[in-house]
Amino acid sequence: MKRIIAKQEHCIGCGLCEVYCLTQHSKSKDIVKAYNREKPRPISRVRLEVSKPISFAIQCRHCEDAPCAAACLTGAMHKDEKTGLVTHDPEKCMGCWTCVMVCPYGAIKIDKEGHVVAKCDQCADLDTPACVANCPNGALECVEVKH
Amino acid sequence: MPKYVIVGACAAGIGAVEAIREVDPAGEIVVISEEQCSYYSRPMISDFVSGKADLEKMKTRDDQFWQKNAVKALTGKKAARLNTAEHTVVLEDGTPVSYEKLLLATGGRPFVPKMEGQDKEGVYTFTNIADAERLAEKIGTEGAKSAVVIGAGLIGISVTEALTKRGVKVTLVELQDKILSLLLDPTASEIVEAVVRKAGVNVVPGQSVQKILGKPDNDAVVGSVVLTKGDQVPCDMVIVAIGVIPRIELAAGTDVKTNRGIVVDNCMQTNVPDVYASGDVAETYDFILNQNRSLPLWPLAVLEGKVAGYNMAGKKTDYTGGTNMSSLKYFGIPIVSIGLANPKPDPALEIMLSQDEEKGVYKKLVLKDNVIVGMTFLGDIERAGILFYLMKNKVNVKKFKDVLLKDDFGLAALPLSVRREMNLEK
Repeated sequence: MKRIIAKQEHCIGCGLCEVYCLTQHSKSKDIVKAYNREKPRPISRVRLEVSKPISFAIQCRHCEDAPCAAACLTGAMHKDEKTGLVTHDPEKCMGCWTCVMVCPYGAIKIDKEGHVVAKCDQCADLDTPACVANCPNGALECVEVKH
Repeated sequence: MPKYVIVGACAAGIGAVEAIREVDPAGEIVVISEEQCSYYSRPMISDFVSGKADLEKMKTRDDQFWQKNAVKALTGKKAARLNTAEHTVVLEDGTPVSYEKLLLATGGRPFVPKMEGQDKEGVYTFTNIADAERLAEKIGTEGAKSAVVIGAGLIGISVTEALTKRGVKVTLVELQDKILSLLLDPTASEIVEAVVRKAGVNVVPGQSVQKILGKPDNDAVVGSVVLTKGDQVPCDMVIVAIGVIPRIELAAGTDVKTNRGIVVDNCMQTNVPDVYASGDVAETYDFILNQNRSLPLWPLAVLEGKVAGYNMAGKKTDYTGGTNMSSLKYFGIPIVSIGLANPKPDPALEIMLSQDEEKGVYKKLVLKDNVIVGMTFLGDIERAGILFYLMKNKVNVKKFKDVLLKDDFGLAALPLSVRREMNLEK
């Protein structure tokens, strides 16, 4: 499986990862439309963590022993043993926030309008996740790991 | 002889099946379940009543779950007796089911105190889909306009929200002075109470229901309740949501040791060889109180079931423990509350608070010897899991506690040593 690694020493805190993630997870895939027009507003699943001078971008770690999947009350959060990814089905999600409570990385976002959660899916449609592909300083890297 | 027999097929039973299959792909598993379909989400039955979800949406596993895991599921069957010496469970219809390893995951049943009039039509409990179906059906009929909910804990709040969404006028009666008192401190409770009242709910703290009276024209049907202080509240339904008690009946009368629930060790094993227990029926480890106790919470039941499953299949696994922990979504207020969130005054505890009334945010941490032992996040919960990580791993926060309740608190604010521990840094 792929894993996205954050390189704190290269991160300049620009936040483009969030912009491109949000756009990739929008209906239009257009930055301006995604930010200004789409309802419900798309959500970035990566988060720029800043405590100056430190910054790095973190999204779902797709944990091996994923606490969110074990805790999920509806079966929406699921650890796919084949791909190693933790997947989330918004159709099954009922917004109980149990996954939010147990995620050690605080990496699960709340979609207030949709009353569901949103998280990194490693951009299943793309060869390289949008945050990684668009980081201007190589601070996000996609590596193959065994799982 | 089946290798594994699991009595109860809800959270803990399902967790156990999945864990067993990770270790032992072939050993025969028999599951005994009173419910035809047990793999739906019980915490979500309020969404069923409100109309937000149907049973299909509530299923936590797909309909091929038993088949895919090669489980022989005896659904609609009740285990009546346990004979540990003969390694046999006997079903209500007399069928014996032998086991090599047994898991008791029989859950809890709603506690209904003795009340005059409790047998009248229109009195409900609220823990499973059958309860939810009965209540939803009642709401759909003429003359189901008002309800009294007894108990303002998690179940009581959830059913109150569902009834309110369906246009039912609810009176919420709570014996304690505050609602959600096992989870929230008075400040947080009052924030929730204000929102609940604003939604049209009549909140009555400090009282209980003395007796249930019939309708003037039909005494067999709920017409009103009489509260502790003598006030009479007219209503068409009464929902008893006081709590659940472990269903230890199978263990009773055997050599399996029980207190309030079944006593287990950290491998979920009882005092009797080859007999395990998990979920609401068991007394499991609370890592904050450092003792075993009844913690009837779905996510913990899944984890406990997994631990039991691994150990039953021969993979030695210790339960790391849970504690009183819940996330709430009701009445539009997201809340995470864990551990000693509402402790009695104790000089050994340090309380950290942060409140922004305009934003509707309230955060509280309770520390002991610089380790987080309790927390409440209300209104802004996205980073609560990081704090729970620090709590669960007993991280000493002395050097960075001033950042923990800040609006912009996040992973970057954690010291390098903690970030390394979390695999965020090399």
